[in-house]
Amino acid sequence: MSRPKSPRELFVAFTRLALQGFGGVLAVAQRELVERLGWLTKEEFVETLAIAQVLPGPNIVNLSLMVGDRFFGLRGALAAVAGMLAVPAVIVLALAAAYGELSHYPMAVDALRGMGAVSAGLILATGIKLLPALQTSALGRPVAFGLALLAFALIGLLRWPLVTVLALIGGAGMAIAWWRLK
Amino acid sequence: MSMPVDLGSLFLHFLSLSLLSIGGAISTVPEMHRFLVERTGWLTDSGFTASIALAQAAPGPNILFVAVLGWNVAGMQGAAASLAGIMLPSTVLTLTATRWMRAHRSHVAVRAFSAGMMPLTLGLIIATGWLLALPFLREETRRWGALALMAATIALTLKTRLGLVWMVLGGGVLGALGFV
Repeated sequence: MSRPKSPRELFVAFTRLALQGFGGVLAVAQRELVERLGWLTKEEFVETLAIAQVLPGPNIVNLSLMVGDRFFGLRGALAAVAGMLAVPAVIVLALAAAYGELSHYPMAVDALRGMGAVSAGLILATGIKLLPALQTSALGRPVAFGLALLAFALIGLLRWPLVTVLALIGGAGMAIAWWRLK
Repeated sequence: MSMPVDLGSLFLHFLSLSLLSIGGAISTVPEMHRFLVERTGWLTDSGFTASIALAQAAPGPNILFVAVLGWNVAGMQGAAASLAGIMLPSTVLTLTATRWMRAHRSHVAVRAFSAGMMPLTLGLIIATGWLLALPFLREETRRWGALALMAATIALTLKTRLGLVWMVLGGGVLGALGFV
């Protein structure tokens, strides 16, 4: 196993992997951190990601914080997350600024419309891809799928505020899981 | 129609969503929509969807769509306020919780939290996709092109290993040519 020599090396590595990630950085993160740099084993990567996903915040940002923290403490965490965000933020804001000009051209608006349809499709596909994860849920299959369906209906169809749904569905899920696991 | 822009409440809105963004900030998109489009009117419906599409089209983590939303509300200051708001609480929590969770991986509370939250997270992801798809479904004239493009995207994502960037760019080309 190798490790980064300095927070600076962390910053560069995370900038590099962020810039390769169009429409999602996770797959690139695995390839870079595990396969190319060898900073984490495959098992360590999966374990870190599992915790990153449970915690609030973007899982890839949480993962950067955790990897940085592991090698250089707080300095490392900040270097990794800055690498993940700084250069891509400049690029995306430049695009947003240019879009103000471009929006006078119908073709640019139509192009973005097409991209919007694709990104709606990508998010739906991600949801569909992850659904089978519920099959092995500690909640049992019917409860897990039922709660997911209910969450979709309350948010997507009835437009309830997230806080209410989180308290209701998240609370119910955790209570049932606790009861089944203990 | 819209309320005057107020950077403080923009920051506080995203701050309040930070700890709720389990499964990524994308899962709080419905709540951002309620606030920025329905309640304050700072963004239009199509401006909201376009901001997210723009961030998806650019390289980097998806969280940057929050910066684009802020940018479209109030320029550079708006981008800084919204990104700082969504990042601060979750970053502090992640750094403090990480070691504890690593040490207590097999504790029943950690496992109950993770298992109990999973259905909600998945329901939220699908609701997010649904809400982003709705403006396309509501439009009469080019509804079928958009629907076909979404269906193709889902099929390609599930059945092939095609890079996501090619799908986003392909959607842009089809859109520019007037098919969607």
